[in-house]
Amino acid sequence: MASRLRVNPIMCEAHGLCAELLPELIRLDDWGYPIIDEAEIPRELLGLARKAADACPTLALLVDEDR
Amino acid sequence: MTGPQGLPRLLAGLHADGSPMTLADHRRVHGDLRRTQPAELIQAIDLAGLRGRGGADFPTARKLRAVAERRRAAVVVNASETEPASGKDKLLLSRMPHLVLDGAVLAAGAVGAREVIIKLGEGAHESLAGIEGALAVRDGDPVSFKFALGPDRYVAGEESAVIHFLNGGQAKPTLVPPRPYERGYQGRPTLVQNPETLAQAALIARYGANWFREIGTDADPGSALVTITGAVRAPGVYELAFGTPISDLLAAAGGSTEPLQALLVGGYFGTWVEATRALGLRLSREDLRSVGCSLGSGVLIALGESACGLHESARVIRYLADESAGQCGPCVFGLRAIADATAGLAEGVAHARERDRLLRWTSEVRGRGACHHPNGAARFIESALEVFSADIDWHQSQRCTARPVGLPLGGPAPDVRHALMEAG
Ligand SMILES: Cc1cc2nc3c(=O)[nH]c(=O)nc-3n(C[C@H](O)[C@H](O)[C@H](O)COP(=O)(O)O)c2cc1C
Ligand code: SF4
Repeated sequence: MASRLRVNPIMCEAHGLCAELLPELIRLDDWGYPIIDEAEIPRELLGLARKAADACPTLALLVDEDR
Repeated sequence: MTGPQGLPRLLAGLHADGSPMTLADHRRVHGDLRRTQPAELIQAIDLAGLRGRGGADFPTARKLRAVAERRRAAVVVNASETEPASGKDKLLLSRMPHLVLDGAVLAAGAVGAREVIIKLGEGAHESLAGIEGALAVRDGDPVSFKFALGPDRYVAGEESAVIHFLNGGQAKPTLVPPRPYERGYQGRPTLVQNPETLAQAALIARYGANWFREIGTDADPGSALVTITGAVRAPGVYELAFGTPISDLLAAAGGSTEPLQALLVGGYFGTWVEATRALGLRLSREDLRSVGCSLGSGVLIALGESACGLHESARVIRYLADESAGQCGPCVFGLRAIADATAGLAEGVAHARERDRLLRWTSEVRGRGACHHPNGAARFIESALEVFSADIDWHQSQRCTARPVGLPLGGPAPDVRHALMEAG
């Protein structure tokens, strides 16, 4: 199984950094909250996904690593 | 002891005068509680095909097994009954508390729990009185019972919200996993079950899986408690066999007070179905799924021709938006926008194209809350837009003069006026 991208909606405060850093997988809704249409992270985007997760000010973006 | 033939089952022995069944009444109808080996009980519940009656429709045996294989378990009776129109849990707790308590004791035995916590809404005075009265006369139960009274808010009945509240937090959902069966009350693996599920389990423990399957359908065995309200002569809680035609259910509730235009199946997380279609369906998962709905917590609301489905839906979605726990952006802002737009369509002040934006929002909020609140609200409004679509156009040019039918919006469960049974 591939690693997966997930948002903790309780923590998320719509900073929107994730959509800037990872537009391939994340877009924003009308209120600035992230929408992830496809949770599976393609291998080549895994590094960027981890960076985006680290950059989230509220640590609301989660990468569930494939194990 | 052989089980009741046909119906009623859960409601067997119910007193017509509204008084609770005493322990003696209960034993006369159902006999003593027999000790059952955990594995045997779970097996019987599995063979019976019992599924949760709190709305999520999850196979009960699977949950029991998941908790049983962990250590230091606890059991929570989720008697929050936050669905505004629902009255079944209140009926069980206030009138036949021993059946629910039997179920809780059996479930605790099955998962190795010593403690049962009964979670009620603050306004549930009759339920609390029923359970307290029952506990005062029971002895020899191998578990300790505790109560918790939480806020009467819609999402407060969601299981992670129940656990969070019991652990000293606010009655708001938490991010799952961990689910309650993994880490729940005091961090322990916790079985959370609806009172009706437990009452059904108590009957299965006594009479067996084959008896349970004597009524209902192969896919949906047994009986269910259904709260039917709205434009019917005798609104109330009825016990019916799965597979009963919805038209029979309406007849059991005294028939409709006027020609019907639609039925809301499954409460406020449910689905509007046009009356002509709904009346051709049976009360079964298969039939209900064919029109995109499920029984949810067992609430059916009949809407008469004289009512305005669009306005009623606008009121309900406003209620659901206001009931958001306020934690997740898509739920807070999404449901508010959906409620505003629906009100706009009902008032005829929004362009009919607003419908398309609404549908985009409903698809976008799905799955983006910590709990299923946005999903249920989205499903509700999508069905409203479909079933009342002609009304949307009509409201653009005409003034709607329909009067509100007064759907219950919040507060403790309504009084159960009729608790009659009809054989399915
Ligand atoms: C917003 C929301 C509110 C809920 N309210 C209730 C409730 O009042 N009572 C209940 O039994 N289940 C309620 N549920 C379902 C519970 O989360 C859980 O699935 C149920 O209590 C499990 O018991 P069961 O398997 O016996 O149905 C609610 C779910 C959601 C998403
Ligand atoms: S989805 Fe809504 S109701 Fe559920 S936890 Fe989030 S804010 Fe609360």
